[in-house]
Amino acid sequence: MIDSTNTSTGAAPGAFLSGKARQWLTFISFASLLAVGAVSAQTATPEMPPMKPELEARLKKLETELRCLVCQNQTLAESPAGLAGDLRREVRMLAESGKSDSEIKEHLKARYGDFVLYKPELDARTLLLWFGPFLLLAGGALIVVLVNRRIRPSPAVPPALNEQDRDRASKLLGDE
Amino acid sequence: MSETENGNLARLWRYLLPLVIFVVLVGFMWRGLSLNPREIPSALINKPVPAFVLPLLHDPTKTLSAADMKGKVWLLNVWGSWCVSCRYEHPVLNALAKKGVVPIIGLNWKDRPEDAKSWLVKFGDPYKLSVSDLEGRVAIDFGVYGAPETFVIDKAGMIRFKHTGPISEEMMNQTLVPMIQGLNKA
Repeated sequence: MIDSTNTSTGAAPGAFLSGKARQWLTFISFASLLAVGAVSAQTATPEMPPMKPELEARLKKLETELRCLVCQNQTLAESPAGLAGDLRREVRMLAESGKSDSEIKEHLKARYGDFVLYKPELDARTLLLWFGPFLLLAGGALIVVLVNRRIRPSPAVPPALNEQDRDRASKLLGDE
Repeated sequence: MSETENGNLARLWRYLLPLVIFVVLVGFMWRGLSLNPREIPSALINKPVPAFVLPLLHDPTKTLSAADMKGKVWLLNVWGSWCVSCRYEHPVLNALAKKGVVPIIGLNWKDRPEDAKSWLVKFGDPYKLSVSDLEGRVAIDFGVYGAPETFVIDKAGMIRFKHTGPISEEMMNQTLVPMIQGLNKA
């Protein structure tokens, strides 16, 4: 798992799309042949001594707020990728050197960019991301209101009665 | 007359609007297909190269630091003998080294030095020097998330360009070499 994800990282970039189809095919056959065996040699993150339960709890929470850059839809806490192990070690070292959660996030952001934050920050560039869904909801609600207003029959205004109608009405009502 | 015109226009819109929405959606999705979600923009462009001191792969008693490269335009290539795409990229690096336009420094990432050295013997060694990042801590400072990665660093020690994934021959000739020549003149 660890290393096969690394392989796909290397293989993915778009440079290939513009390359020649033959190169591409060569690469795929090549990669599939070697992927399993050759990459398993990446050295694992060294084991660290156990940590205090408070620190462990703090880091566990922090790691759910950071993204693993290899398995992109996983957080650091849940990813088994080799790089995630390294980053967890980095986070722990920073925490043990007395850095606060936000300082640790800044540290990683300076290296990996905003993408490393699992929850995007709220700023001018992410306004649409955060509030877009509500905008869509409001737009939908507006459409519903407008359509409803158009199809609802307008309240019936009784036509004005003339003499004849009035006579007939009083006859029917029986007040001769 | 104008009332029927308005009616026609409204009716036309009723048919056109879904079509317009559809076309916009297809546009976004089409664009999405050609984007690579793994291409994460580097946070380090136009930032100074992270300070590092690492042992040389071929002589671990000696070290190389970022400061040693000051005053030169150079390339940092992150590689490992375990990395399939690096092997795919390797002939391009060999060709680039042969041109002699730029020194290439290899960052041997989380590798066993023995494996790394025999790999270079087998496939050729384009690197002026390779340094060993056994634990991957320097790689984190460079924001590395998948090998191979290549950084172009200018004379002042600023990172000017980063590419994730293998460098193609086209890219070397059309992007890297002109960029390096430009930076060398600056």
